[in-house]
Amino acid sequence: MSEIVLTTENFDREVLQSPVPVLVDFWATWCPPCKVMGPVVDALIEELQGARVGKLNVDDAPEIAQRYGILSIPTFITFKGGEPVKQASGAMAKENLLALIQPFIG
Amino acid sequence: MEVEKLIIIGSGPAGYTAAVYAARAELSPLLFEGQPTGGQLMLTTEVENYPGFPMGIQGPELMDLFRKQAERFGTRMFAADVSAVDFSAMPFVVTSGGQTYRAEAVIVATGASAMWLGVPGEKEYQGRGVSACATCDGFFFKGKEIAVVGGGDSAMEEATFLTKFASKVTVIVRKDTLRASKIMQERATANPKISFIWNTDVKEVVGDGQRITGLTLWNNKTNEQSFFATEGLFLAIGHKPNTDLFKGQLDIDEKGYVRCQTGSTKTGVPGVFAAGDVADHVYRQAVTAAGTGCMAALDAERWLAHRA
Repeated sequence: MSEIVLTTENFDREVLQSPVPVLVDFWATWCPPCKVMGPVVDALIEELQGARVGKLNVDDAPEIAQRYGILSIPTFITFKGGEPVKQASGAMAKENLLALIQPFIG
Repeated sequence: MEVEKLIIIGSGPAGYTAAVYAARAELSPLLFEGQPTGGQLMLTTEVENYPGFPMGIQGPELMDLFRKQAERFGTRMFAADVSAVDFSAMPFVVTSGGQTYRAEAVIVATGASAMWLGVPGEKEYQGRGVSACATCDGFFFKGKEIAVVGGGDSAMEEATFLTKFASKVTVIVRKDTLRASKIMQERATANPKISFIWNTDVKEVVGDGQRITGLTLWNNKTNEQSFFATEGLFLAIGHKPNTDLFKGQLDIDEKGYVRCQTGSTKTGVPGVFAAGDVADHVYRQAVTAAGTGCMAALDAERWLAHRA
């Protein structure tokens, strides 16, 4: 599946109202581990079925980052039915990233 | 089943440099890069002391160059973690992604990772006010009062960097002196936004369920316990070698580093070599890691030639 570039404008529609779970990657260009996670997130997107992945640049949408109390990036939050259901911060392997969303699929 | 000449585990300066040398020596190395790839330099910004880059270079950019150079000479790379090794018999066995690989020689270059305090509340509030990356998270603490734990160069660097955002930075130091270099100490102590608490350990990270609200501190001289209100805690207490994989397989010292013969990268197991931070608690620099990566490839090459 393809990634969604999230903004303040499309966040509610693409994430909160999504019929499938969405894993949101809160990141920024100046964050080294976010860069490390770029290809890992892209690899997950390639193989993920029944869920979507959105990327939210905290510089572009600070209101959204604030709404979910982001104090660290990268932070990954799984949203299901409009609610955050699981979250983790820091660089991690693809398997651990998958484990954040897998239980909520289907 | 096919037996490789050489397997390299790790993708920091040591692993990639070993790969460059081994590939040029036609050992056709197989490199397990781990996930995420690139080692500790991927988590840094400007690197000012790597020779050959007079204007400095970004850590991730430098690692990309290392990787390209290893690739150019035919290193085969897997961006996967190694889950187990067996060095008890020849050929050595390396397991990754449920598959086993065999090799006549192995270079261990798994590096080191940032250390955590290991106190209650720390993991719970990771990403909710507890951070090991000032570069990443300083942005979220604009105008806030925060704390840094540590007394070394990285603690001074983080504290100084964080004053760009925070209104006040308190450095909590376990001893009554700093381990940091003179230049870093001076930079931090001259900064009006930075203050120090000495002889103090963090005992607990306290929060309201959503985010951190403070720390329980313990003065190790007076034995007094106190509460310190803070909105952020940044850790800079050093690194520990990534050697869990090799326990029971290699000789590991009391600090967790792989023990090598003096002046060589030979471990206690003939045919297994170690390079970079995983075996170095003294220098721990990108350039020394690259240097020992080269040594390990040359040591492995000689060992393989001698055996054949």
